[in-house]
This record gives sequence, structure tokens and C-alpha cells, in this order.
Amino acid sequence: MRIALDRLSRSFDGREVLHSMDFDDEVSTLAIIGPSGGGKSTLLRIIGGLLVPSGGELSIDGRLVLFNERDLVPYRAGLGYVFQAGGLFHHLNARENIALPLRVVHGLSAEAATARAEELLARLGLAAEGDKKPVQLSGGMQQRIAIARAIAPGPQLLLLDEPTSALDPEYTSEVLDLIGALKAEGMRFIVVTHELGFARHACEKLAFLYEGSIWEYGPSEQLFQNPQTPELERFLSKLLEWRV
Amino acid sequence: MAPITGRVPPLRAALNYLAVCVLVILVFWASLSIINVSLDFGFVARYATRIGDGFVLTVLISVCSMVASLVLGAVVAAGKSTRILPLRYACDLYVRVIRGTPLIMQIYLFFYIIGTAWGVDNRLVAGVMILSFFEGAYVAEILRGSLLSINETQIEAARSVGFTRVQTVRYIIGPQMVARTLPALTGQFASIIKDSSLLSLIAVIEITQTLREISATNFQLFEACLLMGALYLVLTLPIMLISSYFEKRLDYAS
Repeated sequence: MRIALDRLSRSFDGREVLHSMDFDDEVSTLAIIGPSGGGKSTLLRIIGGLLVPSGGELSIDGRLVLFNERDLVPYRAGLGYVFQAGGLFHHLNARENIALPLRVVHGLSAEAATARAEELLARLGLAAEGDKKPVQLSGGMQQRIAIARAIAPGPQLLLLDEPTSALDPEYTSEVLDLIGALKAEGMRFIVVTHELGFARHACEKLAFLYEGSIWEYGPSEQLFQNPQTPELERFLSKLLEWRV
Repeated sequence: MAPITGRVPPLRAALNYLAVCVLVILVFWASLSIINVSLDFGFVARYATRIGDGFVLTVLISVCSMVASLVLGAVVAAGKSTRILPLRYACDLYVRVIRGTPLIMQIYLFFYIIGTAWGVDNRLVAGVMILSFFEGAYVAEILRGSLLSINETQIEAARSVGFTRVQTVRYIIGPQMVARTLPALTGQFASIIKDSSLLSLIAVIEITQTLREISATNFQLFEACLLMGALYLVLTLPIMLISSYFEKRLDYAS
């Protein structure tokens, strides 16, 4: 899937957090890393159609994304989005969280939507949790169900915004394993993450976002082995400082 | 003694509750005998029709006011977050003035000044209007509070799965707001029932006014008060139970 950014920018209250960003490449699995406040989530929310850029353009496979509500609703429906935490609908059980958008947005019958939800829950080893509300589930389970909801309609692209940042370490790996398994099935995704091991080994490409610009971009392994800028080098060494 | 954590076993809860009730009644009984008062509820049968009518009117006023104050409260809650500034400030002023002044003052001012000036001379209609106007300010705050308490991520998640604005309200914000407001709104309904007693001041013959009139002729003020309390509890206790049922039933938000 070709993603192109053309002088894309975004300001909040007069403060620019994304500076005239240019990008044009085929994306299958991409990790966005970088220090907090670098604009990672802002960029992902714009690509996900959840945030309107202040300037510039975004195109997917050569088609310009029009940032008005009428065009954005079907655009968002074609993507899967996973939030850092709390993205599941509080008042619905796990099964309904997956099934409701399938019925309402994608026009599936009630039976088909429920069957699809059950199928995904079973695949994730969560068949017994279908009746539970999010608050009754562990953080790791919640995130896996959020991923199940995102992939249920078969989106062209999955966007994950720090999907493991709010999790205990023991749950982090179960979520990352799931994303890895989806990749093996050909799922395309962009993930904002601080899990450098995952970024390096599970994502083909890596983008290093720093102070609102793409500082470095390229194949993950290459960036890890040969950071071209002192900023990336410093960032990597800082995060890897206490590694066992 | 160690604090009681978690659920108290039902039997133990019931027995303790009963003990407290008995204690309260005993203290009251003792007080009555100290001041040498013996109660005689013989008048209840004599005035049964009037008491019944008053009771029905209290229920009627309360139900009408509940509906009207819900509508008014919803409009004001929406008005308080509108971009049209005069409207927003009007809603803000309304909530502040109504919540900041006693109902008794509002009843007198509305009925004798505004009501007289604009020809609202039906006491029942005026009563329902005043009460709705009063309770609407509280309902508005309940609704606004629960709207503000809805997590931003819930709305963002609804957009991310492809819901339109209307679908987001219908499937996500609506149900979550109902869950959050129902306990408070049922509680507010209990308040409306009690507050309706003040309409006796403009001679609306609801249950309070009925019993006041009866006790003015037979001088059995204590009995009238006790009966009044019992009749209000008949209405408010079940509502409080429903409120706490909703609270437990819909408690899922983290």
C-alpha cells in the first residue's frame, strides 16, 4: 500500500507539532519510533482519519484523502485502529465490541457478525471471555480484543498507537505475538511503539520521528545497525541502556 | 473492630437493618411518652377520600414535573455548551439562580408576580411549571456532568470503527449516558416528590396541603406529620431502591 505525505503539517493552539512532512513509499509493516512529543501519535491519527491536518496532503494508493466528515467516515471504516488503552466500548461485552461495528458499519447480519466475533475470539484464545465487559478483562486481553475488533472487517491497513505502552510486561508479549502472527498472514500495519525489539525484528521499515519531522527512514535492521544521525543514535542507546 | 469489606451476607444485613429500625422507633416512642402524647389515627378513615385525592395529586404533579424537567434539563445542558454565547450565558444564569435560591422564594415570586402578570392562574399548572423550572436546573447539571464524564477515547474509538456522528450518539454516547444518569435521575425524582410538598404554599391541594388542612381542623398535628412522612416514603423508598439497582446493574465504567 502506497502512502504519500505531501508537506503535511499539524498545529495545536498555534504550536506546530508536525512540520511540513514529506513521505512516499510502499508500506507493508512500518514502525514509528521516537521520543515523546515528537508527533508520532499525531501522525498516526491523521493517517487514520481521526485528526485533520493543518496543511498538506495525504494520499493512499494514489488517492487523495479528503478531510471532510462525509469522506472520512467510509475512509475510517476501511482501516483498523487500535488505541493505547481504553479503546473498547465500556458498555459492551467483548463479543459485542467486535460485532457491533460489523453490523452497523459493514452491514453484516446479526448472525454473521456474531459468528465472525466468535471466530476471532476463539482464534485469540478468548472464547470464554465473550460475555465479559472490558473492565472485567486484563489489559492484555482488552488490547487483543481491540485488535480483533480492528481486523474483523478485513481492513486494508491496521494502525496501532502504542498498543502495549499501558500494559504490564507479561501482557506486552502476548499482544506483540498477536501482531506478529497477523503479519505472517499478510496484514499490513503501522505501529507507533517503544518496543524496539519488535520494531527491529517484526517491522520491515522504521521511521524515526523527532521534533515533528521524519529524521530517518529505511529498512529497520539498517537503521538499528547504522543510525545516520546522532539523534537516533542517542535515542536508541538511551532505550537500550538497561537491556539485559 | 475490623472494617467490613465487600458484601455483607444478606441475612446479617437484614437483621442489622431491622435492629437499627427498631432502635429508631423505640427512641421516638420514648420521646412521645416523655411528653405524654398518645397517637390517634382515627381521622384517617374519616378523611380517606381527601387523603387519597391529595396523594394522587402529589403523584400526578411529580410525574408531570419529572417529564417537563427532563426536557428542560436536556435543553439547558445542551445550551450550556453551545457556541451561541447569549444562549450559553442564559442557561448558565438559569442554573446558578435556580440552584442558588430556595424553592419557597421561587414559588412565591413566580406565582404572585409572573403568574399573575401573564395570567397563569390555575394553581396546579403553575405548580407543575414552578417545580419543573426548579428541578430542570438540577437535571441539567446531572446530564451535563455525565456528558463530560464520557471518555474522549470512547468517542474517538467510535469514529475509528467508522461510525457516523449519529451512530456514535446512538450506539456509544447514548447508552453510556443513560447508564450514568439513571441512578442520579431516579434519585432526582425522589427529590421532586418531596419538593412538591412546598406547592402547598400556593394552596395546591396535594398531600401535604391536604394533611395541613385536616390537622388545622382536628389539631392532630403529630398524626398528620407521621402519616405525611409515611406516604412520602411509600413513594420515595421504592424509587431509591430502583436507583441503587441501576447503580449496581450498570456499573461497568472503569
